[in-house]
Amino acid sequence: MSTLHTVNKSPFEKTSLTTCLGHLSAGAAVLLLEDGVYAALTQTSVEGQVKGALDSVKVYALGPDLQARGLSEERVIPGISVVDYAGFVDLAAEHDKVQAWL
Amino acid sequence: MPIEVEGKTFETDEEGYLANINDWEPGVATVMSKEDDLELTDEHWDIINYLREYYEEYQIAPAVRVLTKAVGKKFGKDKGNSKYLYGLFPYGPAKQACRYAGLPKPTGCV
Amino acid sequence: MSETIKNFLYLNRRAPYGTIYAWESLEVVLIGAAFDQDVSLAFLDDGVFQLTKGQDTAAVGMKNFSPTYAALGDYEVKKVYIEKESLEERGLSLDDLQHLTWEDEDDDYAEKDSIHLVTRAEMAAIMDGADVVFSF
Repeated sequence: MSTLHTVNKSPFEKTSLTTCLGHLSAGAAVLLLEDGVYAALTQTSVEGQVKGALDSVKVYALGPDLQARGLSEERVIPGISVVDYAGFVDLAAEHDKVQAWL
Repeated sequence: MPIEVEGKTFETDEEGYLANINDWEPGVATVMSKEDDLELTDEHWDIINYLREYYEEYQIAPAVRVLTKAVGKKFGKDKGNSKYLYGLFPYGPAKQACRYAGLPKPTGCV
Repeated sequence: MSETIKNFLYLNRRAPYGTIYAWESLEVVLIGAAFDQDVSLAFLDDGVFQLTKGQDTAAVGMKNFSPTYAALGDYEVKKVYIEKESLEERGLSLDDLQHLTWEDEDDDYAEKDSIHLVTRAEMAAIMDGADVVFSF
């Protein structure tokens, strides 16, 4: 069963990201969106956690939410793929289900 | 109540402010002022154009106090007072000038 | 005016767009600034994200209110405190944030910096010194 996990809360304010990363199974993917995209930045206090996850799962960040927040793609951790809304739809279709971490 | 400008229809809210700021064209101000029996002069247009520039830059309509100060700086100290602005726009710069300029009602203006 | 001028501090701790707090705070500040009070703004925790440069909300279909912060100087808001530790935890520096200024009428309209980078300890003292604290 492959699951797309979505995280839309800031990792500095909520534990959603940490809990999500602690509950991933093989074949899972994580999509960061809305305030969740802050977790995609380099040099933050959660960078190590996100890089650790990249060893075993794919991590994506939603481009329009990065742009809205003034975060350029150069600031995103290498290995995270930036996708647009169409890419979001593709990811949802490619996985068996979507689990949202609110 | 929608307003008609040269055959085109513009949607407004219940207080007569333009529903979509991007729809605005100078004819909107002319038609609105006619309904108020006001003839727009260059001095009126200075304020209307300034309000549009302010919104373009800051994405808000300025408070009356902010507008007054800015007008004084841009158009001369003698114009930077509420007497001058109310002389031009008897219903008030916020309620009248912002409306003619197609802006929403200024934040904090009740 | 015979009323005592109070010192109001607005605490901004939320990121923009994900929730309505940031915009609500800005609106309240703009309304409050019309009443001749001494207003300061503090940005800490995720609040520092409100001031990042280059915000473009076209693709998410929301109002981009980041240009509005630059109007704060017109509203006599001259003190904007940014917490250093909050920036660092988020991989940011002052260079990533908008440059906010106010014009000093008594000094030939000279542009002066509104933003002050402060440590957590200094922020605590700023909070302690405020008459009223509004939290967003």
